[in-house]
Amino acid sequence: MSSDNLPGVPEEPIARTGMFGATGTGDTSGYGRLVVRRKPELSTPRPYGGYFDTVADELERALGAELADAVERVVVDRGELTFHVRRERLVEVARTLRDDPALRFELSLGVSGVHYPHLEGEELHAVIHLCSITHNKRLRLEVSCPDADPHIPSTVSVYPTHDWHERETWDFFGIVFDGHPALTRIMMPDDWDGHPQRKDYPLGGIPVEYRGAEIPAPDQRRSYS
Amino acid sequence: MSAPYEEITDATEGKVYTVSGNDWTELVETLTGQQDEQLVVNMGPQHPSTHGVLRLVLNLDGETVTEARTVIGYLHTGIEKNMEFRTWTQGTTFVTRMDYLAPIFNETAYCLGVEKLLGITDRVPERAQAIRVMMMELTRISSHMVAIGTFGMELGATTPFLFGSREREMVLDVMEYITGLRMNMAYIRPGGVSVDLPAGAVDKVGELLKIMPQRIKDMRKMLDANPVYLARTKDVAYLDLTGCMALGITGPMLRAAGLPWDLRKSQPYCGYETYEFDVPTERTADVYGRYLVRMAEMEQSLKIIEQALDRLSGPLKGDRVMVDDKKIGWPAQLALGPDGLGNSPDHIAHIMSGSMEALIHHFKLVTEGFRVPAGQAFASVESPRGELGAHVVSDGGTRPYRVHFRDPSFTNLQAVPATCEGGMVADVISAVASIDPVMGGVDR
Repeated sequence: MSSDNLPGVPEEPIARTGMFGATGTGDTSGYGRLVVRRKPELSTPRPYGGYFDTVADELERALGAELADAVERVVVDRGELTFHVRRERLVEVARTLRDDPALRFELSLGVSGVHYPHLEGEELHAVIHLCSITHNKRLRLEVSCPDADPHIPSTVSVYPTHDWHERETWDFFGIVFDGHPALTRIMMPDDWDGHPQRKDYPLGGIPVEYRGAEIPAPDQRRSYS
Repeated sequence: MSAPYEEITDATEGKVYTVSGNDWTELVETLTGQQDEQLVVNMGPQHPSTHGVLRLVLNLDGETVTEARTVIGYLHTGIEKNMEFRTWTQGTTFVTRMDYLAPIFNETAYCLGVEKLLGITDRVPERAQAIRVMMMELTRISSHMVAIGTFGMELGATTPFLFGSREREMVLDVMEYITGLRMNMAYIRPGGVSVDLPAGAVDKVGELLKIMPQRIKDMRKMLDANPVYLARTKDVAYLDLTGCMALGITGPMLRAAGLPWDLRKSQPYCGYETYEFDVPTERTADVYGRYLVRMAEMEQSLKIIEQALDRLSGPLKGDRVMVDDKKIGWPAQLALGPDGLGNSPDHIAHIMSGSMEALIHHFKLVTEGFRVPAGQAFASVESPRGELGAHVVSDGGTRPYRVHFRDPSFTNLQAVPATCEGGMVADVISAVASIDPVMGGVDR
């Protein structure tokens, strides 16, 4: 990219190189130097469109000056509104969203985890989908925490339904929800090692103990062919 | 003589009696006169009334439940993890196996999420939408029939179960006729449905529409005013609107608490806003109310199927069933051959001897799959058990980056302590049955 007549493109972040995601193999298609860049993470500018502006206005009114501190980014994508909330302020934001008469997001659809190993400093995300039955609206809260300090405050006190959802996210991603009444594994056995939905956890390849005997992983078993 | 139990051990909580087999009398004899006030009973995971492999740990004081704890995870199959290693289209084959009593709903929620990410929601053909609606409502009937049937059996009446299974079988026959499979059909695909209705399908569904109303009436005759049934269900497992909201309960349980919240009405998808139907509610918030809601929902489903069928055999006849985008839609129109469902002979002739580009296109799309622009989307449908949501994340590749399902059974099961504690141990059965959990969906 040294030539002067090329348009200026951001150097980072790179999503993938090559056309088919192949590495080290002979990609003879001629597209081996193709570089696909990931979009930098930006906040969506106002107006958001639809009812999203109303929700954002009401949240701004309810939180006041705290908003800038609590909400890092607002993203509107594919007809959905996402507030990226700083983890320290999550419980406060959730309580405001639930209790404020103009917001009233009284139904939570649970917590879902996503692991982005390439996002340094915010590898683990917890995604909360909220629904307002009073106003028939939806929004998404996204909270992140670094892998080195996987702690997010628990929102069970605001949405009791998060009890099992947070246990599931802990089980699969290793996010510790501080203040959860009993954060134990829910799907995997209690003595399981590791958190299976993380990207650094392989699919299969784990030996399993059953009634005292160890069953080797599928790729380690004897083959009879 | 062998020991009366397999084992008596001392734990910190007290004596643990492991009973397995026909030694219950001996257990009662041993326990009579014991000073223990509290009895901890493990119900499940292998118990006929726990709908699969649900384990309930019940603390009993006499016959009163003082504490109910739910243990799940016995049917965890790692579907969400597995999907990250297959193409977007292959994902439907996984999700259909989650809530195995309502496979079409899983597929639809997932496909709506993928379509949202692709930005083709408005381009899915109307015929495909109408087929989806028809299939979903047929599934709702079969699912509710199983729910009510098994419920009857768990309360000791086998006839409702036989009736429910018979009615479900009718629906499954129609499913088999249309998709080729009774369950786990992977019929709904991103962009439409896998194959158009075969010849005679409209008549088959029409037949079902003629018989089913009477069958629902029969079920109502048997249960609506049955004194034994009423005694076991009325005012049992009460959970009011506040409790439902706090615990995130949706579906028939919420509507039995009086709130007419149905995504088909409030946030329509697949063109539900163009169909005429009611959202049945009850105000009793008990097991009987949930039963009545389910019965009324089946009657409404019949109305929707009728409307969908009119459209499919009328204005939408001969329309496409897959999105008109060669980069997304499955390249072949499937056809039923002598050796089962497969690529249509026309398509094979086209790619094998007609067009090299078509062969390459077919090969690329089938083996590699289509790319989905990076981002995340949440799509939800009103499944027979409540709101089934799919949180779909893409990194721009040909495989899902992460798919998470908000299964209604999973969330609704959290209501077990709230509805059972303080009640009788026999009412635990009706409470769990009225939640209608499907463990395949709970554990995924």
